[in-house]
Amino acid sequence: MISIVALLLWGVAALLGTAMLAIAVSRRDSATQLVYGLILGIAALVFLAVSSHLVGDPAGVSAVTLPLGLPWIGAHFRLDALSAFFLVVVNLGGAFASLYGLGYGRHESAPHRVLPFFPAFLAGMNLVVLADDAFTFLLSWEFMSLASWALVMAHHREPDNTRAGYIYLVMASFGTLALLLAFGLLAGPAGTYTFDAMRAAEPTRFVAAAVLALMLLGAGSKAGLVPLHVWLPLAHPAAPSHVSALMSGVMTKVAIYGFIRVIFDLLGEPAWWSGVVVLFLGGLTAVLGILHALMEKDLKRLLAYSTIENIGVIFVSLGLALAFKANAMPSAAALALTAALFHVLNHSFFKSLLFFGAGAVLTATGERNMEKLGGLIHRMPLTSFVFLVGCVSISALPPFNGFVSEWLAFQAILQSPDLPQWGLKVMVPAVGGLLALSAALAAACFVKAFGITFLGRPRSAAMEQVREVDRYSLAAMFALAALCLLAGILPGLVIDGISPVTLSLIGNRMPVQMAQPWLSIVPIAESRSSYNGLLVLVFITISASLAAVVIHRFASHALRRGPAWGCGFPDITPAAQYTAVSFAQPIRRVFGTFAFRAKEKVEMPPPGATGPARLTVEMHDVIWETFYQPIAGAVGYASEKLNRLQFLTIRRYLTLVFLYLVTLLLVLALWP
Amino acid sequence: MALIPELAVQGAQMVLVLLLAPLLTGFVRKVKARLQRRRGPSLIQPYRDVVRLMRKEVVLADNASWLFRVTPYLIFAATWVAAALIPTFATGLTFSWTADLIAIVALLGSARFFLALAGMDVGTSFGGIGASREVMIASLAEPAMLLIVFSLALVAGATQLSTVAAFMASPDVGLRVSLGMSLIALVIVAIAENARIPVDNPATHLELTMVHEAMVLEYSGRHLAMIEFASFLKLLLYVSLVSCVFIPWGLVTSGARPQLLLLGAVTYVGKLAVCGILLAVFETAIAKMRVFRVPDFLGVALMLALLGTLLLFVSRSL
Repeated sequence: MISIVALLLWGVAALLGTAMLAIAVSRRDSATQLVYGLILGIAALVFLAVSSHLVGDPAGVSAVTLPLGLPWIGAHFRLDALSAFFLVVVNLGGAFASLYGLGYGRHESAPHRVLPFFPAFLAGMNLVVLADDAFTFLLSWEFMSLASWALVMAHHREPDNTRAGYIYLVMASFGTLALLLAFGLLAGPAGTYTFDAMRAAEPTRFVAAAVLALMLLGAGSKAGLVPLHVWLPLAHPAAPSHVSALMSGVMTKVAIYGFIRVIFDLLGEPAWWSGVVVLFLGGLTAVLGILHALMEKDLKRLLAYSTIENIGVIFVSLGLALAFKANAMPSAAALALTAALFHVLNHSFFKSLLFFGAGAVLTATGERNMEKLGGLIHRMPLTSFVFLVGCVSISALPPFNGFVSEWLAFQAILQSPDLPQWGLKVMVPAVGGLLALSAALAAACFVKAFGITFLGRPRSAAMEQVREVDRYSLAAMFALAALCLLAGILPGLVIDGISPVTLSLIGNRMPVQMAQPWLSIVPIAESRSSYNGLLVLVFITISASLAAVVIHRFASHALRRGPAWGCGFPDITPAAQYTAVSFAQPIRRVFGTFAFRAKEKVEMPPPGATGPARLTVEMHDVIWETFYQPIAGAVGYASEKLNRLQFLTIRRYLTLVFLYLVTLLLVLALWP
Repeated sequence: MALIPELAVQGAQMVLVLLLAPLLTGFVRKVKARLQRRRGPSLIQPYRDVVRLMRKEVVLADNASWLFRVTPYLIFAATWVAAALIPTFATGLTFSWTADLIAIVALLGSARFFLALAGMDVGTSFGGIGASREVMIASLAEPAMLLIVFSLALVAGATQLSTVAAFMASPDVGLRVSLGMSLIALVIVAIAENARIPVDNPATHLELTMVHEAMVLEYSGRHLAMIEFASFLKLLLYVSLVSCVFIPWGLVTSGARPQLLLLGAVTYVGKLAVCGILLAVFETAIAKMRVFRVPDFLGVALMLALLGTLLLFVSRSL
C-alpha cells in the first residue's frame, strides 16, 4: 500500500512531466487542450486523494524522505492536517484554472510561453505545502516564484509587463532571502534543517522575534502585506487571466501557509505582542488595499488590490489567533484560526471566479479598462450573472460565503476583551473598526466593479459585437459560483473540515457544527450568537416569491419599454454616464486626502468664455513614494558612483585589490 | 405541540411589520405636516400610494436589464426578512437564532448593494450619482453600525438580538457611558440609513444632493411600489431596533399567554408612536446638510461607536 504522501508526490511528478510534455508539443494546435486536460485530471485526482484523507483520517500524518537535494539531508515531505487543507485549496484552484484554461487558452497569442510554466507553477505550490525541511521548502518556494514570474512575463512585449516582471523578481528574491534567514535562525548553529528538529528546538525570545519579523517580510511580501504589496497589483494582472486567478487565489494562500507553518507550528508558544504586530499590519493592509482598489479603473488591477484587502482580513484573524494562543485561550484561538482558514478557502473561490470573469471580459472585448466597458449584461448574460455572484460573495453579503468568514472574525473579536494586555485591549477594537470599514468599502468597490463593467450603456462602439465566452470558461465560473453559495449556506461543513487543523496547531477546535439543529453555525452558544445561511436563503426566497405571487395576482401586468426618464434630461451620449473614476469621487473626497494625498483642481474658463472647464485629480501612491522611491534612488545613486570603477587603469585596480586585502587581513587580525 | 403557536407568533410578527410599516411612515409625515402647520396627507396615504403604484403600468427604460427587474423583489425580501428578525413585541421567536445582529446589518447591506446596482443599470447620470453617494454614506454608516453592535454585544455578552433585548430589560444593565454613546451613534446611523433629513430628503425628488431618490428614479409601477414598501420597512426596522435595545420594557417572551402577547403588541405600537414623533420633531428642527458635510456627521457616529467599544474593552462596567 503506497502512502498518501508518495501518492501526492507522484501527482507532482505527473505535473512536472506535463510541463516537459508541454515544452515538446506547445507549438501544435491541440497542445492547449491536451495540457490543460492533463492538468485538470491530475489536480482533480490530487484533490480527491487529499480530501479522502481529510475525511477518512483527518489527524493522520504521513511522511516520506527522498534521497534528493542536499546529500546529508535528503528531501522530506509530510502531509498533516494543515498541509492537507492547503493542498485542497491549491488543487481545487488549479483544477478550476485548468478547466477555464481549456477554453481561455485557445485565445492565447503565445501558448508556448504559458503551457510549460502553468503545470510547473502548480507543481511548485504543491511542493511548498508538502515540504518538511527548510531546504526543500525554500527550493520549492523559489521554483514557484520563478514559474509564476515566467507566466507574468508571458506577454512581455506589452507595455508595463516588463516592469511588473522586474519588480516581482526583485521582491520575490527579497522575500526568499528573508525566509532563508528565518529558517537559518530556526535551524540554529547545529543546522538541523528538518521541520521536526525545528519544532523540538526552543528558540530564545530574541530569535522568535527575529523569525516573526523575517516571516512577515518573507511570507508577507509573497502574500501582499502592506507595505510589501507593491509588486502584486503589477504582476497579478499582467499574467493571463487564469494564471492571475491562480496567483491571487492560490499563491497568496501558499504564502499564508508558510506563515502559519512557521509561526503557529515550528516556533512554539508565541509572545502576546506578536498578535499586536500582525493585527496592526492586517488592519492596515485591509483598508489600504481596498481603498486602492476603489480608485482603480483597470478591472484586473482592481481585483489584485482587492486580494491585498483579503490578505489583510486573513492576517487580522491570524493576529487574533496568535493573541489568544499566547494568552492560553484555546477555544477563542481556534475560532480566530478557523475564521482565517475559512477566509483562505473563500477567497480562493471568489477571487478565482472574479479573475475568470475579468478574463472572459478581456477575451470578449479586448479591454481591461472599465471606462471603455459597460452594458455587458445584455451581451454576456451568463458571465455577468456569475460575476455578480462573485461580487456579492466578496462583499461579505449573506447568504454567500464571504459573510461567514467575516462573521466568524467578528465573533472572535468579541471574545477579546478578556485579553489581559493593554496593547491588545486597545488594538483589537481599533482593528475591528478597520475590518468593518474595509468590509463596507469592499461592497462599494464591487458595486463599482460590476456596475461600471456590466451595467449602464456601452461606453465604446466595440461593445456591439461582444459575444458570450466559451462553455469551458462558463463551466469553471459556474462551478465556483456554486461553491461560493454552498460554502455560504453550509458553513458547518467547512468549519468541521478545518477543525483537525486547529486541533493540531492550537489543541482545540470549534464545537461540532454539523450536529447543530437546522445546520446553524454556533461558535460558542446559541444564546450568544448563531447564524444560519441556509435559512436566510430560504427566507429570502420565500418572501421574494411571496411578494412576486402577490404582485402577479393583484398588480397590473402592463409593461412598456421607453427611453430612460432621467428627470426629463436623458443623456444623449453614453460618455455622460458615471465612470469608474467619478463613481469613486465621493469616497476619494472622504478618504483620499490622507490615503493618497489626493488633490482636485478645477480650472474654470473666465465668465462668458465658452471653453471647457477642466478637472485634474492628483493622487500619490504614498507607500511607493515613502519606502520604495528612496531605496530605488539610493541604488541608482550608488551604482552611478560605483560605475567609475569600471574604467580604471590596471595600476589602480591593483591598488584597490591590495587595499582590500590589507583591510581584510586587518579585520581578521583584530577579530576577537 | 409547542411549535405551532410559536410559528404563529413568528408569522404574526412578519405580518405585523408588514402592516405597520406604511402606517409609521404616514404617521411621521403627518406629525411633520402638523409641526409645519399644514394639514398633511391622511395617515393611510402610504397604503394608498402602494396600491396606486401597483395598479399602474411599468415604464421600463430601453436599456434596463433583468437585474433591474429582479432587484425590487430582492430588496423587499431582504428588508422584510431583516425586519422580521428584530424582536418587535416578543423576544425568543422561533427563528430568532437564524441571524444575529451582525447578519441583520449585513442583510440590509445586501439590499443596498442591489439597489445601488439597479441605480447604475439604466446608465443615466442620476443613477450613478445616487449610487456613488449611497456607497459613500454606507462606507461610513456600516462600520459605525458594526461598532455599535460590538458595544451592545460586549455589554450583553451576545450578538443575538433576543438575548441583548432580554439583558437590556434586566436590572443588571445599569447606566453606562458606552451605551449612551451607542444610542447617539445608532440614531445617527438610522437617520443616514433611512435617507432622512439632514442626510437626505425623503420628500423631494429634484434636489442636487439627493441620494436614495436618485437611485430609484427610473423605477415605476409595481417595481417602485416594492421599493417604496422596502423603505417603509427599513424605517420600521430601525425604529424597532432602537426601541428593542434601548427601551426594551414591555417586550414579552414568545411563549407567553395570548393576552400578554397582545399587550406587548400594544406597547410596541406605543413605542413606534413615540419614536415617530421624536423623528418628526428632529427632522423639522434641522436643515438638510450639504452632501460632503455628511461624512462629518457620520464620522461623529463612527467615533462615538469606536469610543464606546474601546471603553468596554478597557472596563466591562463602563
